[in-house]
Amino acid sequence: MQDVVLALLVKGPSHGYDLRGRLLAALGPLGETLNAGQVYVTLTRLEKAGLAVLEREDASARGPRRKVYALTGAGRERVAGWLAEPAGPRADVAEFHLKLVAAAESGMAEPLALVEARRRELRRSLAEAQHAVLAHGTDSEAGLLLEGVALRLQADLRWLEACERTWSARAPYGKGGGNG
Amino acid sequence: MTTRGGRWGRGLTRRGDLGDVAAGPVLRAVGLSRVYGQGEGRVVAVDGVDLDIPSGQTLAVTGPSGCGKSTLLHLLGGLDRPDEGEVWLGGRRIDLLGERALARLRRRAVGFVHQDFHLMDELTAAENVELPALLAGDSPRTARRRAAALLDRVGLADRDRHLPSELSGGQRQRVAIARALVNEPLVVLADEPTGNLDTAATHDVLRLFADLRATGQTLVLVTHDERVAATADRVVSLRDGASAEDMPLAVGGSQLGTLLGWEE
Repeated sequence: MQDVVLALLVKGPSHGYDLRGRLLAALGPLGETLNAGQVYVTLTRLEKAGLAVLEREDASARGPRRKVYALTGAGRERVAGWLAEPAGPRADVAEFHLKLVAAAESGMAEPLALVEARRRELRRSLAEAQHAVLAHGTDSEAGLLLEGVALRLQADLRWLEACERTWSARAPYGKGGGNG
Repeated sequence: MTTRGGRWGRGLTRRGDLGDVAAGPVLRAVGLSRVYGQGEGRVVAVDGVDLDIPSGQTLAVTGPSGCGKSTLLHLLGGLDRPDEGEVWLGGRRIDLLGERALARLRRRAVGFVHQDFHLMDELTAAENVELPALLAGDSPRTARRRAAALLDRVGLADRDRHLPSELSGGQRQRVAIARALVNEPLVVLADEPTGNLDTAATHDVLRLFADLRATGQTLVLVTHDERVAATADRVVSLRDGASAEDMPLAVGGSQLGTLLGWEE
């Protein structure tokens, strides 16, 4: 959550209400459980950690004043690190999705490059799992578990194909789509 | 001259005048392009692909449907001709050969495996395997012996007299693989070989490919299934007819246990 909120601040200073709206837009119905307070709590924590600073308080026409937060240098570094770090073997679909959204919004990484790196990571894992499946068969308990792991990795790779299609259609991110 | 396994004795080689494979890649594509149609309907199916496939490598070509992977396979196997570029097989350029020479070379040097098996319905399993050997000029006795040995190798020795209709999908594909091997091809080209198979039969076919790989057989698999590609030594991803990625797959580099994500 902290990483995602930070990444959304790369584009420019913003307040909790706007950040929450952008998160909800990226998450769709899955964001329904995102409680309104979470973003504000996260912003406060980021401020304490020196990753974001309270820049100003805007008066809104109606309702409360809005605290506008900006990214610090340390915050920007943290975002860069988050975008670059490998997702790991059991990566969360929503987190990787938000990473792509944040990469595109912030311009700090290219979504298609993240997809490609993720695909290489998953392919390496799947090669290990698939060789083990073939060696063990699915009749044994161990083989059955391996089959489950391999199917999960296969599903992740199929989803990446969809990510690639969508993000290359959105281009101006360079690669993908055209002949090359 | 190359004879693998030395089975052909008497100074004969199966592949006739093919060059020395050890000197370079078994299969090589240089700037390969294939265009269908004209004007508005013009489709660039394969767009400037360069590929070197060393002897003994299992290469998977993946990509979404329509990315040109089957067309590429047909070009590599001499079933289709490129509009631009070159195809080299066993050190010899094949895209400029005449029809008859190309057909002869295909028969001897390339083994094809198709998604829907392409077996002759009225021939038994053994006869299906023998057929390409007979067409290549083997005596009926030699062809029979070769077919029997190969059916044994694919685990179907006891099904030799069955018609394809009496075999399961996985068994049919194993017959088709035996057939592809009967002339000891330089390369086996497989187009979605597990596309019509269930999980168990897919595993059987992939195990068979792993056995082939262990004997040094060069293999090119076209597949949209990442689990099939995961068994290869190398994966090339095609997008819009062009190679978008080319990655080696080495197994044993990382610990399987990390896949559980419990390492922390």
